[in-house]
Amino acid sequence: MTVNEAVTALGLTLLCGDGDREITGVYVGDLLSRCMSRVEEGCLWITIMSNINAVAVAALTDPACIIFAEDVEVEDEVLQRARSNDITIAQSTQDAYALCVAYHNACGDLS
Amino acid sequence: MSEAVKFHFDVDGSDFSSAGAASVMVKKKLRQLGYPPEVIRKVSIAMYEGEINMVIHANGGTADVEVYDDEIVIILSDTGPGIPDVGLAMQEGYSTARENIRTLGFGAGMGLPNMKKYTDSMEIDTKIGEGTTITMRVAL
Repeated sequence: MTVNEAVTALGLTLLCGDGDREITGVYVGDLLSRCMSRVEEGCLWITIMSNINAVAVAALTDPACIIFAEDVEVEDEVLQRARSNDITIAQSTQDAYALCVAYHNACGDLS
Repeated sequence: MSEAVKFHFDVDGSDFSSAGAASVMVKKKLRQLGYPPEVIRKVSIAMYEGEINMVIHANGGTADVEVYDDEIVIILSDTGPGIPDVGLAMQEGYSTARENIRTLGFGAGMGLPNMKKYTDSMEIDTKIGEGTTITMRVAL
């Protein structure tokens, strides 16, 4: 599934970045040190930690897309930093559990 | 043996929002040099954790990365307060970070353990009131 397909299936809002990238997995987490070692290249990283340091973690771990869940506020500075590092960011009103369920169901629909 | 490729960075301790910039730069350089993703990942994680530690605890410092034929050496040096009990600091989950740092998603006590986990060797040279130098090596 591509990021664009996930945006449609999960009802996300794409805030910046490349929607054509293929998704290879999902990680949910907010503790950045843990995320630093657990976010895999190409995954969807679902978090409520929408600060600029999350963008640095993404720049190093290279997820296909960060999803900022639960409608957390995303400041312009965060999006600017994301654009300059080619990081894709989407936003959702749903919580991490609901997003994981929706992603799982969407994967089933595609197979 | 060919000459080492060396990078030097000053880590700004006053700007938490730019923490990680040196690590991101090193990742890009190593990618350009064609190193395997797993090596780049190890260096990135270890260096980022060290960079964050310098910003949180030591008001910044310097980061040097030296790329040799058989290993990548990361040297992080600061003139901060030093680490009183290295054994305790190495325990996963132990942290002295302040509450405002924790709300940003740090201070989980994963920094030094991650640095050790993702490198092949790590040496900590610390003196109370003088500073800390951490040397990490990733084999190629």
